[in-house]
Amino acid sequence: MRKLPQDFTLGAKNAANNRLLPVHESAIKHVTGQAVYIDDMPEWPNELHVATGLSTEAHADIVSINLDKVRAYPGVVDVIVQADIPGEIDVSPVLSGDLLLAGDFVHFIGQSIFAVAATSLRAAKQAVALAQIEYKPREATLHPRQSLERQEFVLPTHTISCGDAKGALESAPNKLKSDMYIKGQEHFYLEGQISVATPNEDGGVQVFASSQHPAEVQKLVARVLGLPVAQVLVEVRRMGGGFGGKESQAAVLGCMAAVLAVRNRCPVKYRMPRQDDMVQTGKRHDFWNSYQVGFSDAGEILAAEYDMVGKCGCTADLSDGVVDRAMFHADNAYFLPNARISGYRGKTHTVSNTAFRGFGGPKGVLLAENVIEEIACAVGKDSLDIRKLNCYQTDKDTTPYGQKIDEDVLLTLIEELETSSDYRARREAINAFNKQNPFLKKGLALTPVKFGISFTSKHLNQGGALLHIYTDGSVHVSHGGTEMGQGLYTKVAQIVAKAFGIDYQRVNVGSTRTDKVPNASPTAASAGTDLNGMAALDAAMTIKGRLQEFAMEHFAIAADAFAIEDDQVILGSEIMSFPEFIKLAYMNRVSLSSTGFYKTPKIGYDRKAAKGRPFLYFANGAAVAEVIVDTFTGEYKVTQVDILHDVGDSINADIDIGQIEGAFVQGMGWLTSEELSWDDKGRITTNSPANYKIPTSADIPEKFTVKLFDRSNSEESVYRSKAVGEPPLMLGISVWCALKDACASVADHKISPPLAVPATPEAVFYAMQAAQNHKAGVNGEVAKEASL
Amino acid sequence: MKLILNDELIEENTLPSDFTALRYLREKRGLTGTKEGCASGDCGACTLLVGALEDGELTYSTLNSCITPMQSLTGKHVVSVEYLSKTGELHPAQQAMVESHGSQCGFCTPGFVLSLAGLYENKQSSEQPIDREAVCDAISGNLCRCTGYRPIIDAGLSMFKESMFKESMVKEPMIEGSNETPYVELMSKNDSIKTQLEGLQTEPHDSSNYLQPTDLEQLAHALKSNPAATLIAGGTDLMLENTQRYRDFDALIDVSCVAELKHLHIGETSLTIGASVTYSELEDFSKTLYPQMNALLSRIASRQIRNRGTIGGNVANASPIADLPPLLLAFDADIQLLKNDGSTRVVNIADFYQGYKQTQLAKDEMIASFDVSLDKLAQFHRFYKVSKRMEDDISSVMLAVRFEEKNGTLTDVRLAFGGMAATPIRGLKAEAALTGKLINDEQALNQSIEALRSELTPMSDMRASSNYRLDMACNLIRKAWLELNGTDVVTFSGHAVSDSILSTGSEASNHA
Ligand SMILES: Cc1cc2nc3c(=O)[nH]c(=O)nc-3n(C[C@H](O)[C@H](O)[C@H](O)COP(=O)(O)OP(=O)(O)OC[C@H]3O[C@@H](n4cnc5c(N)ncnc54)[C@H](O)[C@@H]3O)c2cc1C
Ligand code: FES
Ligand code: FES
Repeated sequence: MRKLPQDFTLGAKNAANNRLLPVHESAIKHVTGQAVYIDDMPEWPNELHVATGLSTEAHADIVSINLDKVRAYPGVVDVIVQADIPGEIDVSPVLSGDLLLAGDFVHFIGQSIFAVAATSLRAAKQAVALAQIEYKPREATLHPRQSLERQEFVLPTHTISCGDAKGALESAPNKLKSDMYIKGQEHFYLEGQISVATPNEDGGVQVFASSQHPAEVQKLVARVLGLPVAQVLVEVRRMGGGFGGKESQAAVLGCMAAVLAVRNRCPVKYRMPRQDDMVQTGKRHDFWNSYQVGFSDAGEILAAEYDMVGKCGCTADLSDGVVDRAMFHADNAYFLPNARISGYRGKTHTVSNTAFRGFGGPKGVLLAENVIEEIACAVGKDSLDIRKLNCYQTDKDTTPYGQKIDEDVLLTLIEELETSSDYRARREAINAFNKQNPFLKKGLALTPVKFGISFTSKHLNQGGALLHIYTDGSVHVSHGGTEMGQGLYTKVAQIVAKAFGIDYQRVNVGSTRTDKVPNASPTAASAGTDLNGMAALDAAMTIKGRLQEFAMEHFAIAADAFAIEDDQVILGSEIMSFPEFIKLAYMNRVSLSSTGFYKTPKIGYDRKAAKGRPFLYFANGAAVAEVIVDTFTGEYKVTQVDILHDVGDSINADIDIGQIEGAFVQGMGWLTSEELSWDDKGRITTNSPANYKIPTSADIPEKFTVKLFDRSNSEESVYRSKAVGEPPLMLGISVWCALKDACASVADHKISPPLAVPATPEAVFYAMQAAQNHKAGVNGEVAKEASL
Repeated sequence: MKLILNDELIEENTLPSDFTALRYLREKRGLTGTKEGCASGDCGACTLLVGALEDGELTYSTLNSCITPMQSLTGKHVVSVEYLSKTGELHPAQQAMVESHGSQCGFCTPGFVLSLAGLYENKQSSEQPIDREAVCDAISGNLCRCTGYRPIIDAGLSMFKESMFKESMVKEPMIEGSNETPYVELMSKNDSIKTQLEGLQTEPHDSSNYLQPTDLEQLAHALKSNPAATLIAGGTDLMLENTQRYRDFDALIDVSCVAELKHLHIGETSLTIGASVTYSELEDFSKTLYPQMNALLSRIASRQIRNRGTIGGNVANASPIADLPPLLLAFDADIQLLKNDGSTRVVNIADFYQGYKQTQLAKDEMIASFDVSLDKLAQFHRFYKVSKRMEDDISSVMLAVRFEEKNGTLTDVRLAFGGMAATPIRGLKAEAALTGKLINDEQALNQSIEALRSELTPMSDMRASSNYRLDMACNLIRKAWLELNGTDVVTFSGHAVSDSILSTGSEASNHA
């Protein structure tokens, strides 16, 4: 029998410092059910619960609203419409257009028109169903193709170019011209959107939010209440998953709860049941990508023209950055000597799409990988050879937006994985298998990812921290980052412990609060550790500097005679315990508290010129996926996955591997079983986990290996690590490419048939049919010629 | 209502009939370790372990508390995550989850822990080894959006490391760490719980709004005295009305404990399946006797749902995409209907469905059991389910086939579909095209497929397009026909693809 360990540090050894790595700081609380999520907080007897009345039209004027029955429903305490909002009605994160409650028109099905506060969520939900709302429908734009035709955009189009794409395309010996529709993805964080607001005695409000961006919740709550920002306090201890879905769109819940809390002078909880969450909150953008590519007989890309239309939904939300990032990643790992990449922000009368792990990047990377598969079939080579041929390397090292690739990681990493995964031998075996087997087809693909790290909005690339040491030597660190499972709190505590030279157990992490670190950036863009870890490191070094100064003076020792190692303070020839030394410093009036700050150096993108350095560095990786397909039905299994990923010098290898595996499976889900579906009225029909299928444990292969690429970050990131949250999501593209490869095998790889995204069994079945028809067609022609 | 919740005897007499176990734990008991991720039985965040006494044995199984009425658990031992570490020690499932990095955001974690603890409990008490398949089966109803499952599967495998089994039976420990043997007293061996549950057996199960008869006599009485009450078995369909559409139910009559409705036995000429037999029970029963049936059952819903959902509920619910009706159609099963007054009548499944969600059931009737002819069960049959995801998904198309063959000729053919019409349906013309033909008559097969194309017009929805449904229906007929003729074809299941399939090409045939 083992006791609940207080100092739990099991895990693989960290090669770098030969120390045991901590598991997630909340691991034991997770497994015992003691970790508190917002819905787990005790409720006040007078707490009210919110539900909102939803638009049933995609685009319409509201003619009349009758809420009498809603108000009369037992348990209903308050009902509000737009006019009841005391401050501003707009809750957009960056620009404008997102309204807390609709006014006289609606622009998507699911938009909130009124809100009810009732004594229970059930009563609130039952009440909202009784509203009578009359609409005068208008024409709705539902598809990004229509947005482009009608030139309906939420923001202006942006174009990146290099060389002479048009000319090079015209003179290229081989050309491809096609388009692909890439569907979006539902976040399906296990904990749905939720906020609780409690009014305080000064007319202000405290909000517990499940948000990746507490500072923005704070700002918007202040705005809808007409209060100074300082009167609003937002606290986030943890989220039950975020994935980008709680970057901008969590704020609405905080705002609605706050308005009702202040009106009714009681705590108010707004929790979206799963179905509401799936209908009312934005998702990964769909993209409609058209492409023209020119390439040599060897398969070298000579020119590319890409038109990428993002389905932004009814408002801008974060779509500018999302579409930009899709454009920045349309090259993926490949050099484009002549390119024009245009990104359109298509407006549709559907829920406003938002951030989702990868933030547009996956839509660029998928386009690039699709192009590679098609070129490979066109020139009759293995797609890996085309990948290596076009991969960024010496003399082919500048992106279309002018940033140079300084590290020569990509090709090395790809080749290392090619060898370790036994790619070539498996390719041979698969070809033999496919020749022999009439009913089953296998596919294989190795796909890389190169992902730019930094927010593309320059001002967000800053981080703040607040660090205290108490007189017993215990340390408390706060920072602007939020914990959504990615292990940020664990890593920051490790960074602080390492900076001081003390035991990890001394470092305590608390909630993220807007009164500890102000104006924090969202925890997004994979930058959580890069920004907040650096800020915490800065704070630690400030205090350590003071401690050193004090030691030099107090013990009359030289600067280099002071050190803290293995939790011991070295003072010349003396050794003192950390708590003892801290006590002494306190008695001698040394400040034991500091803020820390970090801003990412070197970056800048000139939007007018469409050139610059948007990213401090790139995180790289590659995956090999193997699949097997049942040709009767298009059903398939992923049978093996091998990943090699570049996280620089890992701060916590176990956590990084967890991020890589989780992201991979999420990316695979996006491209396989997770299919968003909308009807012709603009209503989402996949509104529940009963009809929207994220991967289960049976979908991952038994042979699933993840290795970390052994190289430090060449940039001065925190302990030379690299960001890891988003990049490996795009490794899931290997599964899609492997499926496409299996389909192509039916036509002896003469063509790579179009494969829909996601590649459901239905999509795979019809791609195989297309390959089969192609082969039959070609054979038919050959036969005809022979008979003439 | 009396039951044991963790280690407390609970008596509760004021709950609404449809008040869920999840809400009871969270809202009435402050046991917030159990989470709501969907309230529709799809995510497993709300998983609980429930112990029941049967023939003196205490056995535990998982369920989705979000769609289980609290009162249905009368007389049971309800175990939530809080119980597992109540002594300040981690249960092996918890320990393994920590050591394997099985949690990230942690929201799904208590549900996984309960599923794994249930697996631990059952495997340890029956002294069986554990493999990946068993772990994946146990967590088939648990979704995790963060980890990608690998560390959770490892946790499932490693909670047994160096346990009572020989080392060769378990996987190598994945993580270096403590070498102590994870051991926990098995709940099923906890005599105090057993004694308390035995005491509860004599307590009445009924409350004023929730009736839980245990035999036919009580059932008849319940039905007669509560003509307006709604029937509930596992609640895995019915309770979605409550949690997704916010409908409040009045009195419920729970038929899941009626002993006579739980019969599952092979008689002289037929297999009888009681209406209240759960998927899991039929799955166990069919494992060696009817492997095809077993394979289909393993594709239905998740472990948690299969522990609760019943065959009667599946058929009575009359969904056109339910999986059991096509199977029963393929065997021409007879349905025993029981009336309020105790009288019975038999309706053949072929006559049971009358339109979308409409059946022959009169208001005062219920399903008692199904009879399936043993002769027909002995004939060639296959069940194919096509869906977007292997585990816990609803069929886009489902085909149940039965071929009766005499001297190389097909003498009786059943092609029964789910997902192809407003009701479960047979392809009568397609059947006729094959009947009386030689089993290897490929022209007859093609005619059958053509006939099917002309007789069924499935719809398009978020699960599949109408074209795909039709193409699948046709291809699955072909697949079955090839199997009948001895061709080696593969149908994937939720499990890993076996090495033999991966490495060898099956025998070539001229399938176009
Ligand atoms: C997550 C999830 C996954 C699912 N997956 C599948 C799947 O893969 N395939 C599939 O086919 N189904 C699936 N279902 C549906 C459901 O599990 C089955 O239909 C189940 O068999 C219903 O049985 P039950 O005992 O839970 O019925 P209940 O919900 O208790 O009852 C269903 C209906 O039948 C009535 N009823 C119950 N028993 C009787 C009786 N003896 N006589 C007359 N009427 C009765 C009830 O009044 C009610 O109207 C799934 C459900 C969920 C929640
Ligand atoms: S809450 Fe998702 S299954 Fe119960
Ligand atoms: S750990 Fe976040 S959903 Fe599983």
